[in-house]
Amino acid sequence: MVSFLIRRVVQAILVMLAVAFLSFSMFNYAGDPVNNMVGQEASREDRAELRERLGLNDPFPVQFARFVGNAIQGNFGISYQLQRPVADLIAERMPATLELVLVSAILALSTGIPLGVYCGIARHSWLSRFFLTISLVGVSLPTFVIGIFLIYIFAVTLGVLPSFGRGGVVELGWWKTSFLTADGWRSLIMPAITLSLFQTTLIMRLVRAEMLEVMRTDYIKFARARGLSNRAINFGHALKNTLVPVITIAGLNIGALIAFSIITETVFQWPGMGLLFIQAVSFADVPIMSGYLVLVALVFVTINLIVDLLYYAVDPRLKVDRGTSAGRIA
Amino acid sequence: MSIDSDSGAKGLLGRALDSDLWFSFTRSPVVMVAAVVTLLYFLAAIFAPLVAPQNPFDPASLSLGDSFTAPAWTEYGMPEYLLGTDDQGRDILSTLIYGARISLLVGFAAVILSAVIGISLGVTAGYVGGGFESVVMRVADVQLTVPGILVALMIDGVARTAMPRELHDQIAIYVVIFAIGVSDWPQYARVTRGATMVEKSREYVQAAKVIGIHPLLIMLRHILPNVMGPVLVLATIGLALAIIAEATLSFLGVGVPPTTPSLGTLIRVGNNFLFSGEWWITFFPCLALIGLVLSVNLLGDWLRDALNPRLR
Repeated sequence: MVSFLIRRVVQAILVMLAVAFLSFSMFNYAGDPVNNMVGQEASREDRAELRERLGLNDPFPVQFARFVGNAIQGNFGISYQLQRPVADLIAERMPATLELVLVSAILALSTGIPLGVYCGIARHSWLSRFFLTISLVGVSLPTFVIGIFLIYIFAVTLGVLPSFGRGGVVELGWWKTSFLTADGWRSLIMPAITLSLFQTTLIMRLVRAEMLEVMRTDYIKFARARGLSNRAINFGHALKNTLVPVITIAGLNIGALIAFSIITETVFQWPGMGLLFIQAVSFADVPIMSGYLVLVALVFVTINLIVDLLYYAVDPRLKVDRGTSAGRIA
Repeated sequence: MSIDSDSGAKGLLGRALDSDLWFSFTRSPVVMVAAVVTLLYFLAAIFAPLVAPQNPFDPASLSLGDSFTAPAWTEYGMPEYLLGTDDQGRDILSTLIYGARISLLVGFAAVILSAVIGISLGVTAGYVGGGFESVVMRVADVQLTVPGILVALMIDGVARTAMPRELHDQIAIYVVIFAIGVSDWPQYARVTRGATMVEKSREYVQAAKVIGIHPLLIMLRHILPNVMGPVLVLATIGLALAIIAEATLSFLGVGVPPTTPSLGTLIRVGNNFLFSGEWWITFFPCLALIGLVLSVNLLGDWLRDALNPRLR
């Protein structure tokens, strides 16, 4: 267990270093940072001085070490375009994205799992065929198209939901939440549905496939032979055993939700990190881009690590295999 | 083997009509419709100048007076503009056909790029093994955990910072192809590596080794043709994903520029008119995109099931 943990942590650190290196090189070699910071009128001496002050004349390893040191403290420099520290900008936008992702994840799990279970049990009913067809359409619908359709129906035609922004927010310290106002919830509905739809179809198809797989196993047949009720078999035996891959995929997809929130936030002008990032990309605002890159990579690596550990905790077979191969029972 | 030599006499067409693939194709009306629709898109895209009622990028053929015309069947429609016109008086149907052309071009080029990168790395990794294999597969694993669209956005962002704006606009379409292509290679590498490891231990590869054929030639002539089945499935689904990725990038404003609009760019531009009531400018590109992606996806789904011997 300990060696497994250490190996995974070392791997995670290596990935983070690789990402840091990538964003560091983006910083230093994609365009001249000095040019991006000073205006046209800066003299040659001013530039040379700034270059010295920023440490751009230091040897490469020193610069990289300094970048990593700063990054660990959450310091990614100052945005070219907005002239404010990147860390502040990201911290300001983070609550909006996290709330959106949280609601979408809950929505996706709470609709995807029951639908998947139903389609797995009632495999040949017309309703489950209907859900499957819908899910294929769902996979083919790009996120932003769903958003546009929702806006057209509920904001433009019916005029019942706001089409952009977060609505009313309440400040809890530095965290601005839209959970505490009715207006905030109304603004949240469409972005959350848009973001969750793809995940819902994914989870539904996964749960269905796993259910079909599990239903063929001997222990389900045995449970039937014992005369257990359908309910006990479906939920107590079958669903429980499909949950391991579902946890993995759902965990990994929290990262995907953060990535796809870039699109949803653009459609709904949702003031989160994704919108900040996409604006940074179109203005070539490197500090924001590299800060976001490192942050998202950190989220991904952390989630991967947690999912790996959860897997280990949930599936006892893994422990036995690894334990015996290492010569002991973990 | 005996089946192959029997039907070999019938010629290629005979063999194709005799195959399981064709049989399952004729048994599934949905797939046949999807194939026809996909074919129509391809033909319209290839012969765009002949099919489109108007050349939307030739200023001479446009009349600004006709801008914002509603679709032909509505009250304010004009019969010569079936799906209406946009803010510059361009016929929507024509911009759709030209847009689908760009979308398909980017999609195909990106799929080919990622397949070439993925297959060459995957086959080499599977055949050579050792340190090269573990490095390639680790990188693929790490990249697989990050959604492709994020990788593509990053590459596009870096390209934007690395070159001046005018230059970037000129080569934007190649940047998009590169970004999407690079973001999708790990799938191909994984599949071909697995298949290569199976093929490597077969007698025909052993025999080729024994008679001293160069490893590169063994990989190209002997192993490659035998690992292409799963690649075909991946490439079909990959085409749908690449088209979505391109549309998404263009919609976000970091993809194909408005001078050569793809379906995604058209949706982005049309989206500005959604609130003022000109719904058709964005609605029809959305429909066209969904139709294209859905039919390619259906074909991919069918190919996967038809080529998978475990499901028979």
